[in-house]
Amino acid sequence: MANQVLTMVQAINMALKQEMARDSRVLVFGEDVGFEGGVFRVTEGLQKEFGPERCFDTPLAEAGIAGMSIGLAINGMRPVCEIQFSGFFFEAYSQMMCHASRMRNRTRGVLTVPMVLRMPYGGGIKALEHHSESMEAIMAHTQGLKVVIPSTPFDAKGLLIAAIRDGDPVIFMEPKRLYRAFKQEVPEEDYFIPIGRAAVIAEGSDVTLIAWGAMVRECYEAAAQAQKEGISCEVVDVRTISPLDHETILASVKKTGRAVVVHEAPRSYGPGAEISATISETLGGALKAPVQRVTGFDVIMPLLRTEDRYMPNPVRIMEAVKKVIA
Amino acid sequence: MFLEKYDPLKNQMVQILDQDGNHKEDLLPKEMTDDVVKDLYEQMVFYRMCDKRMLKMQRTGRMGTFAPLEGQEAAQIGSEFAMKKTDWMVPAFRELAAMCAHGVPVETFFLFWRGNEIGSKYPKDVKVLPSSIPVGSQMLHAVGISLASKLRKEKDITVTYFGDGATSEGDFHEAMNFAGVFKTPTVFICQNNQYAISVPRSKQTASETIAQKAIAYGFPGVLVDGNDLFAMFAVTKEAAERARKGGGPTLIEAYTYRLADHTTADDSTKYRTQEEVDGWRKRDPLLRLQKYLFKKGAWTEKYEAALQENLLKKVDEITEKVEATADQTVDSMFDYLFAEPTQELLEQKAYLKKMLELENKK
Repeated sequence: MANQVLTMVQAINMALKQEMARDSRVLVFGEDVGFEGGVFRVTEGLQKEFGPERCFDTPLAEAGIAGMSIGLAINGMRPVCEIQFSGFFFEAYSQMMCHASRMRNRTRGVLTVPMVLRMPYGGGIKALEHHSESMEAIMAHTQGLKVVIPSTPFDAKGLLIAAIRDGDPVIFMEPKRLYRAFKQEVPEEDYFIPIGRAAVIAEGSDVTLIAWGAMVRECYEAAAQAQKEGISCEVVDVRTISPLDHETILASVKKTGRAVVVHEAPRSYGPGAEISATISETLGGALKAPVQRVTGFDVIMPLLRTEDRYMPNPVRIMEAVKKVIA
Repeated sequence: MFLEKYDPLKNQMVQILDQDGNHKEDLLPKEMTDDVVKDLYEQMVFYRMCDKRMLKMQRTGRMGTFAPLEGQEAAQIGSEFAMKKTDWMVPAFRELAAMCAHGVPVETFFLFWRGNEIGSKYPKDVKVLPSSIPVGSQMLHAVGISLASKLRKEKDITVTYFGDGATSEGDFHEAMNFAGVFKTPTVFICQNNQYAISVPRSKQTASETIAQKAIAYGFPGVLVDGNDLFAMFAVTKEAAERARKGGGPTLIEAYTYRLADHTTADDSTKYRTQEEVDGWRKRDPLLRLQKYLFKKGAWTEKYEAALQENLLKKVDEITEKVEATADQTVDSMFDYLFAEPTQELLEQKAYLKKMLELENKK
């Protein structure tokens, strides 16, 4: 089979289509997901191809979408539901926290919830209030949930396929800034990228940049700039926030001796704190410098006119790189 | 027939057996032969005895906090008897009778509320979800489960239980609305036991009845005497058949009363009068069934004494078994988070084992 050059939106669409074709238990639903194909067109054409019983619109109610998904999953389906924007996820959070995440444990493995909850998240597209936050730490702090964030079209397809085939609930957060930011060759055949595995996407020897979602590209850019200044950066794309791939992260930092964690999420109690603590606890004295974080701020996400001030960028990443190198 | 004839807006309540044990012959379901009624009566007596045992155990530190069942036996046994064993049940947290009648072993139920996760595991063929403590949240699962049955064109229906307090939750609205829109084979049973802990039903909603709320969602709602086993069975049966035939959901308001406290941590004398409780004691679902059976010549004091003796033996055996059951292992604390354990879970498990060894040495 050939490769296609696709945006992340198209790659996710391809993954959904192929999984729906492969497994009749896979259902795709949410607000505006059916007839319209989603506000970002991620589910475009699915209802037409698979019919309104497999891909459908729900009433406008996020707890309803998540709670119904739990029931569908318990009774043998593979629901892939969409929350239109992650800012509205919190209506559904109670269902995920109180039930989806604990059903396996609560029934000692008799009942399980193999569901995927997809949602676009993050800043950088000048959206309105409640549309730009990055709250992955809340999901990752919830025991029993897996949290996946792709940074490329290729990964988006492979990770989504893995999420759909996973036996447990997966929160699949799509960085909407990357939805149409670039295209990439995506194989037509089905493949999956294991959940819980980070990837070293650029090798380097002086410092490890650790990021996910839209911040991976910022790190890439910072790494290119650092190169010009004679600093060799390794970039790790975390890909799965929970469970975190300690092995890949620690192996890289062990090699470089320095780490900068970059995330859009607010700083305090963000995933950067967890990653930084893990590195310190494990590598401690072997580090050549304390781990640095480049993150969003502990503020309410600014509206579109000053949104850029909030977002980590290559300049800030470079500053942190210089700090750990110094 | 009940769903059409009884208008919840007019506060009409289905009742077949009154508190004096008199019944309406024309409405008596044909399934209710004397043998069946006796069997159901015995179940109700048994579950009340189990409930009382749990209370006794709680008072002596052998059971955790739980929500007693007393007073709601007919609402649960009547509705459960209208279900097939292949139907799904999605309970709230006061459903000892309904859950165990549908296949959850009583000892398993005891173990869970005793705080032992061994009681989290129901037999595989038992289609009952775990007790759901966050009020109202479980109704949505019932909608999802029944939608899956419908999509696969299976005939199973799903019955979900909740209380009057739950009807104030957003999840109640979303579940009822989704069920109406997707026309799912769901039977919603609200056990209106008059109180959500201390808050009376009148402060929970300005609706005259809870049953009438169904009208807004586009499906029938019916008010039933929840202490009347026959009425609960008859109405649930009609709702179940309707759901099985593709007719969609039904809301049943079982008008009943919690004779005990909300939970073992509650003191209901603070918010309701003895007079009120005594009034409801006269409407006790067991008492009226006893009177009915007596009138039919199927109940004697001797029979009752023998029954009590037999059941007590059974409850004693269950208690013994429960108290002899070891706690969950350290492994099982960590093994059911995911299909495959994560590295962190494995490390945390090893750490805990090591720490427990140290702690036990001291």
